[in-house]
Amino acid sequence: METLCRELSKNTFQLLKKNEHLSISFSGENSNFIRVNESKVRQISTVINGEIEIELIIGQKKTVHGFTLTSNNITNLIKVESELYKMRAYINELPNDPFIVLPKEGESSKKIIKGNLINDDEILDSILPPLSKVDSSGIWASGIIFKGFASCKGVFHWFETENYSFDFSLITKDEKMVKETYTGNYWNQKDYNLFIENAILKFNSMEKKNIKLKPGKYKTYIAPAGISDLINMFSWGGISESAIRQGGSAFCKMRNENISLNPQFNLIEDFNLGLNARFNNYGELSPDKLNIISSGKLINTLISSRTAIEYNLESNKAEINEGLRTPVIAPGNLNENDILKEIGTGIYLSNLHYLNWSDQPNGRITGMTRYASFWVENGEIISPIEQMRFDDSFYNFFGNNLSHISKKTQIIPDVSTYNARSLGGVKCPGMIIDNFKLTL
Amino acid sequence: MNSFNLNTICKNLKTKADWFSLREVFESTNTHVARDGNPEANHTNSTHGVMIEILIYGQFGYSATNELTLQGIQNAIEKAEFFALNASKYSLVKFDPSVRPTNSGKYKSNAKNNINDISIPEINNLLVSSNQYLKHSDRIICTTGFAMIVDSKHKYTCSNGSNIEQDFQFISLDFSATGQHNGIIQKRTDHGMLARSYQIGTEFILDTNIKERCKKIGKQADELLFAEECPTGEMDLVLAPDQMMLQIHESVGHPLEVDRILGDERNYAGWSFIRMDDFNNLQYGSNLMNITFDPMVNQQFASYKFDDSGLEAKKDYIIKDGVLIKGLGGTESQFRSKLDGVANFRSSSWNRPPIDRMANLNLEPGNSTFNEIISNIENGVYMESNKSWSIDDYRNKFQFGCEYGKLIENGVITKTLRNPNYRGITTPFWNKLKSVGDESTFKIYGTPYCGKGEPNQIIRVGHASPVCHFENIDVFGGN
Repeated sequence: METLCRELSKNTFQLLKKNEHLSISFSGENSNFIRVNESKVRQISTVINGEIEIELIIGQKKTVHGFTLTSNNITNLIKVESELYKMRAYINELPNDPFIVLPKEGESSKKIIKGNLINDDEILDSILPPLSKVDSSGIWASGIIFKGFASCKGVFHWFETENYSFDFSLITKDEKMVKETYTGNYWNQKDYNLFIENAILKFNSMEKKNIKLKPGKYKTYIAPAGISDLINMFSWGGISESAIRQGGSAFCKMRNENISLNPQFNLIEDFNLGLNARFNNYGELSPDKLNIISSGKLINTLISSRTAIEYNLESNKAEINEGLRTPVIAPGNLNENDILKEIGTGIYLSNLHYLNWSDQPNGRITGMTRYASFWVENGEIISPIEQMRFDDSFYNFFGNNLSHISKKTQIIPDVSTYNARSLGGVKCPGMIIDNFKLTL
Repeated sequence: MNSFNLNTICKNLKTKADWFSLREVFESTNTHVARDGNPEANHTNSTHGVMIEILIYGQFGYSATNELTLQGIQNAIEKAEFFALNASKYSLVKFDPSVRPTNSGKYKSNAKNNINDISIPEINNLLVSSNQYLKHSDRIICTTGFAMIVDSKHKYTCSNGSNIEQDFQFISLDFSATGQHNGIIQKRTDHGMLARSYQIGTEFILDTNIKERCKKIGKQADELLFAEECPTGEMDLVLAPDQMMLQIHESVGHPLEVDRILGDERNYAGWSFIRMDDFNNLQYGSNLMNITFDPMVNQQFASYKFDDSGLEAKKDYIIKDGVLIKGLGGTESQFRSKLDGVANFRSSSWNRPPIDRMANLNLEPGNSTFNEIISNIENGVYMESNKSWSIDDYRNKFQFGCEYGKLIENGVITKTLRNPNYRGITTPFWNKLKSVGDESTFKIYGTPYCGKGEPNQIIRVGHASPVCHFENIDVFGGN
């Protein structure tokens, strides 16, 4: 698709009139999806899709039109011409936008991650037989994902990755579950079989009867998958500069009242992970690394070029929505083998579920424990726990109550598929938190 | 929409399938946003493609493509066949064509004016001016006006002769004001984020009394800055229809989706506390609780005539006098569970297979006036407009927060309260339903954003409800 998009961009820019600024964003996928229930196929589908978005700026007016991108460039160009015609009429009717970001000259980029995926006719025979003796539910997704950008200033970016993910749960007869995600670019059957064997071993530890906890405050270990869910909340009314300025961020308190988190807590936006494209919707290349929170202090927020113009700031080339694309939480000193000992008596949580701000200005998040979660006594796992609701502020659990951070980190890829397969993920360690508040 | 003819393509396809269908969706979305007196977005997005669905050896296969030519569709149907054949040795269920009933017909949203009947300057002027009305005082630091207008055309044709055309026009309109004072931040919207979502014409936007509506929102945002925190404790709770919408959605709609009960969703949104033998047995709520699945309510957001299996939709009681009588399961769930169901097998767009979705799910009105409800409460809180929601994967333990609260003392509404929240467990909560408002308190809302399914799907749902009163609920405030 890269060649097709380059050619389409070139032909599109030739249609421009003087004083018109245009940029084009491309995205698409060629994906296979297999929905699994009871370790069998519930639904199987394939999707070929592409989208193109054209941003036209004339003077202080801007509009964006998006439509379907096909593999036929004659059809695409006809559609582009027709949309441009409509956009010129449309834009005349718009009020002035004082915060327009014009396309700029700059560096182009290209990153293609080639994979070695299973042949289409071998996917089911590869992934399902190792699960034949357990009950499992989940989603397999594989294929190519691409995104690109071109501007009338000669900038062209391309990011393409060929990958697979199998996000699944193993379920016991009495409905206890273990969650696993197996992802990569190169399929290795032996490695997959071993991964499933280990998952089943972990799953067998769920056979004990559940303990029901009372609401209260507990010493709690949250594994990397759970920490990644908490970090993802920072992209929704979190470290966005515009959200802070507009009163829609949990970080207003940190900014306005000069509050810090625990000195052990460090958050970096780090594109070296290679999970996501470094260019944004404006065609700008974000820095390789950006320190967001260092030693508990808010050093940077995510500032898009639009926000920078509006509030007279310097942009750090954030995406237009000012969300994290590839966050990394720095590791600590806690050895994997010492986690249970450090908990002593408390809770071990593998995953969290359905998080939401319950008091956003005060950083309070509510959600559920889910999957492999255990009661620990004297450094030993005693039994799985019944699911509990938590409701606590990150100013507490990433603040004074943050006790230990694990040495080992894990990449938790974003396997969501709303509209299309996602890019990105979070790299983070597990954490031990004192007095984590369970409410129901 | 281009000249692509689905029926002609359908007749010319070559396939070994026992049954197949083509479902074409063209959807165009116009999004307009103004913030603090300036335009923030004037975007138009369209998507157009076809989902090919085939049945072979009892296994459905799906292939979605935006290559809208005979060759493109032929390639897609071959791919669907290939995958279905491969999957047929691992099928969870062996279906037969009875799960795709033969039906033909048309549906169109009840919209007086179409998208082109509102001009770009009109809508921009309206949204920009809304910002000015929302700014009640200097303490209001952010104001927004939002309009999303969607034109969605669906065609469905299949080898059994079904031929369905449904044209929808959706509008979501919202305004918000955020206030800040002495470290307190409060936001008020127009009945909760995008709750005013309807199948309606653009007359809805022009007829809205923007000035009065926005002035009230701005005033209440400011009022919340000086309000007391919601008290903590067990007390009576009165929920406005714009919060009942969320309560019905999360604690009735999702647990009753039969594909969840059958375990399809266990790796994602979760399972359900409902078991098959709960139907016609479980006292879900008090005997004042009457829930209907009703996809034919005029202008409600998720109204339609046929679901994506071709089944004709009709109104059905799901919970009657508090007893669970029917699940939200489409033809495939009915085949698997042997239970009666409803026409709710729906997909979010052309690129996703259908699954069980709740569509319009409403609580029927009762007999109490608003004043009667309030006058019977000694100590309680009245809450409006959802702002926070979270529930467990079995749909039992929930915690919801609202934008705006009022204290009820000795049968009278008194002070304004900020950060009103409550929590509970689904069936005990619904069994504490003590009074249900009458028609005069009944309001219709909806949302464009209900997430479910693997691969993930966002779909439109509608919920209507009267004001409701629950006894002895765990209520609490902010930090």
